[in-house]
Amino acid sequence: MFEKTVSELAKALQNKAISSVELTQAYLDRIEKLDGNYNSYITVTPEIALQQAKQADERIAAGHAETLTGIPLAQKDIFCTNGVKTSCGSKMLDNFVSPYDATVVNKFNQAGAVMLGKTNMDEFAMGSSNETSFYGPVKNPWNVETVPGGSSGGSAAAVAAQLAPAASGTDTGGSIRQPAALCNLTGLKPTYGRVSRYGMIAFASSLDQAGPMTKTAEDAAILLNTMAGFDEKDSTCVNRSVPDYTADLNNNLSGLKIGLPKEYFEKGMDTDVAKNIDEAINVYKKAGAEIVEISLPNSGLSVPAYYVVAPAEASSNLSRFDGVRFGYRCENPVDLEDFYKRSRGEAFGEEVKRRIMVGTYALSSGFYDAYYLQAQKIRQLISQDFKLAFEEVDVIMGPTTPSTAFKIGEKSNDPVTMYLSDIYTIAVNLAGLPGMSIPAGFANNMPVGLQIIGNYFDEARLLNVAHQFQTMTDWHTKTPEDLA
Amino acid sequence: MEWEVVIGLEIHAQLATKSKIFSGASTAYGAEPNTQACTVDLGLPGVLPVVNKEAVAMGAKFGLAVGAQVAKRSIFDRKNYFYPDSPKGYQISQLYHPIVEHGKIDIESENGKTKTIGITRAHLEEDAGKSLHEDFDGMTGIDLNRAGTPLIEIVSEPDMRSAKEAVAYMRKIHSLVQYLEICDGNMQEGSFRCDANVSVRPVGQKEFGTRAEVKNINSFRFVEKAINHEIERQIEIIEDGGKIVQETRLYDADKDETRSMRSKEDENDYRYFPDPDLLPIEIDDDYIQAIKDSLPELPHEKKQRFIDEYKLNSIDADVLTAQKAVSDFFEATLKAADNNAKLAANWMQGEVMSALNKNAIEINNCPISPELLGGMILRIADNTISGKIAKTVFEAMWNGEGSADEIIEQKGLKQVTDTGLIEKVIDEIIANNQGQVEQYRSGKEKVFGFFVGQTMKATQGKANPQQVNEILKAKLKG
Repeated sequence: MFEKTVSELAKALQNKAISSVELTQAYLDRIEKLDGNYNSYITVTPEIALQQAKQADERIAAGHAETLTGIPLAQKDIFCTNGVKTSCGSKMLDNFVSPYDATVVNKFNQAGAVMLGKTNMDEFAMGSSNETSFYGPVKNPWNVETVPGGSSGGSAAAVAAQLAPAASGTDTGGSIRQPAALCNLTGLKPTYGRVSRYGMIAFASSLDQAGPMTKTAEDAAILLNTMAGFDEKDSTCVNRSVPDYTADLNNNLSGLKIGLPKEYFEKGMDTDVAKNIDEAINVYKKAGAEIVEISLPNSGLSVPAYYVVAPAEASSNLSRFDGVRFGYRCENPVDLEDFYKRSRGEAFGEEVKRRIMVGTYALSSGFYDAYYLQAQKIRQLISQDFKLAFEEVDVIMGPTTPSTAFKIGEKSNDPVTMYLSDIYTIAVNLAGLPGMSIPAGFANNMPVGLQIIGNYFDEARLLNVAHQFQTMTDWHTKTPEDLA
Repeated sequence: MEWEVVIGLEIHAQLATKSKIFSGASTAYGAEPNTQACTVDLGLPGVLPVVNKEAVAMGAKFGLAVGAQVAKRSIFDRKNYFYPDSPKGYQISQLYHPIVEHGKIDIESENGKTKTIGITRAHLEEDAGKSLHEDFDGMTGIDLNRAGTPLIEIVSEPDMRSAKEAVAYMRKIHSLVQYLEICDGNMQEGSFRCDANVSVRPVGQKEFGTRAEVKNINSFRFVEKAINHEIERQIEIIEDGGKIVQETRLYDADKDETRSMRSKEDENDYRYFPDPDLLPIEIDDDYIQAIKDSLPELPHEKKQRFIDEYKLNSIDADVLTAQKAVSDFFEATLKAADNNAKLAANWMQGEVMSALNKNAIEINNCPISPELLGGMILRIADNTISGKIAKTVFEAMWNGEGSADEIIEQKGLKQVTDTGLIEKVIDEIIANNQGQVEQYRSGKEKVFGFFVGQTMKATQGKANPQQVNEILKAKLKG
């Protein structure tokens, strides 16, 4: 049962082959039994889950269920959940119980989904390995000595270890796609503005976007149907109708133009990873797709531009964590300055502090033009590269990550090397485009992800392209061998 | 040495929207602490601002009223600083692309001439909350009701040359924002306040002197006092061979002095950058036209109309249009007084204003309605009562004793116009005061007043003064 997809479980629920309460209880038991191995959840919410499951069963019985009604899901702990601890992976918010629901959470609730709990993550979503969490590192179910990726590493590990059929994630520079790649999942970062950011604790406001982490592209389409849509509480959310993302899944790929950016294949990628990507491209060729070499000449600038823009926004976004109204507050401050310095100094982890420092510097008087404005210009150039490319091709493909999952601790003392693990994913956020990662094979028994990048609001096509691959391959059905 | 003073003002006017600039919470004043602060105002994790379109419209309105450019595209920036009553750790403001630029407004300067003061810019921003340092036993209380209240910050050019000019400018802006109904102008509640940038330079010098910014000025009286105090302080320092330090100074109204808050070196680096949570405000020509069409009659337009329509002189028209509420009161009075403009203008500027001032009452709360005042003016105009008796009637109306007609009736104040009756009284007075009659007839015309006084006394002031004059003159001639 635990290997079933959301789509399959929805059918089972609707056929009354299983009840939501039974399904939910089974997952809760499994989490209880196994999550000690992975540390994928920060908070498990059995009472809420069973209550929601009961309501879902009633709704199913009454005959007005939606696809997600009764489906247990895990929510990344970056989404505010009413009455439930919302930590964002930080000591700063270890005592924070949100008084409201994020729009995404609200939408899942409206659809009748069941929340199993809140998943572990890099602190304030800053990290690519899930090692910066206050709640300890998450372990990759494919090899518990390696990282699951980050920052949505808890969501990735939970789905990969079958501790949830699907989960939500957020992606600022690759935080959905990179862990999806490292854990053999399907992960989708939608177009910036497709999904509301309200109630999603901000890391870098102009880059953050929520999306699904699932076993299949079909499941991703199902979850996106619920997550997407205009929200008047988020000014950056785009008022545009939401298509049924499952409608185009079976479209034929013949004539599809796939662009391969030469910059992504030149260097930096592990040869094992490259081999898998080549084979995946061949699958598409066989399906009738046309392969076009393209160029994204400014892609080399994306990591430096990102590491100015994201920390700059973060340094400001994280100012509200001052110990005054909520969150961690130091003991016995002697004055206001001491209050701020120790409350923040004692509660933020190293990586968060590093990025606040970098961002503060980049916005400082005298450096703003040289860093922030310059980075914004580079952002324009990168968007322009993609714009030109999409005049020629329908989708762009390449690796999601340069290598498979690395060992826990391997890069944690070398921030720059760590930052480079997002080298292929970051440009997509800077341009605000939708991007996916889907399972594309294994290198040394560890999963490899194929990244598919689409034009603005072309999620339906991405999902179609991903789903077709999953009808022709079975990589996405593989599960870790020693999974209990 | 002769010194020239240079002053620029930054006025913060609270916009009269019902809800806050980036949230739906109420902006009403005086609620229990933190009862009007929603998740957005509290800066909770995950919340996002959504701009209040009404605040944008009000900003545009102001821009058009001062002949400024209203930006087709203006952008909100974050001003980053830590303070407990700033819940997000930044204030959302507009630095690089404000909604209003390059406006101007005319003031009457001290020599009676019109002077144009430039308005550099006006931008939208949110107010902070309040820190309450008393009553918390060594701790600080935070009230975030005011956090997120919309403000328009109006920045003038350094065009003013005296504290009086600064006050005149501030009054003009104060009047304008109330005319536009974008601010209630209530200075006690902090809805309208200003910071003054003050510097001095030797007369004839081109470059500006080093300026100090005086903060926390919340009344017209304090503006003048604070600026004059600051001017004296600066001149004294320079004449003693010292140098002015660029700094922010706080005006203490109790001690009537300014004191240093922070020097330029201590200024925060606010790290302004465009707020990524908000889209630029895009305004098109149709929108600007619609706002233009919605503009009410502005103070200078109304003043001209009062001169043309009611034949008021320029000074009367200026006083009566300075505050929208006063001008509304005046016009309502006129309506009830058969358009007797001169009388209405005199009564408004005389008894009404002084009674309001004496009792510290705003015109909106005046116990005498325009209808009542107009009713009284009608009775003056038709000679039912004299101007002097009218003062008694006014006082009675102020005390809520009814309409002019009722009071006149009740107190028997109706003017005596019966010639026979007046003559009888005068005859008696002349008979009883022969000595004074002699004096008058021998050329001491001053004594005339004595007879008027006696006559009025004998008629309890009710005799028609004009008739009294005429009859007395005739009879005294002998």
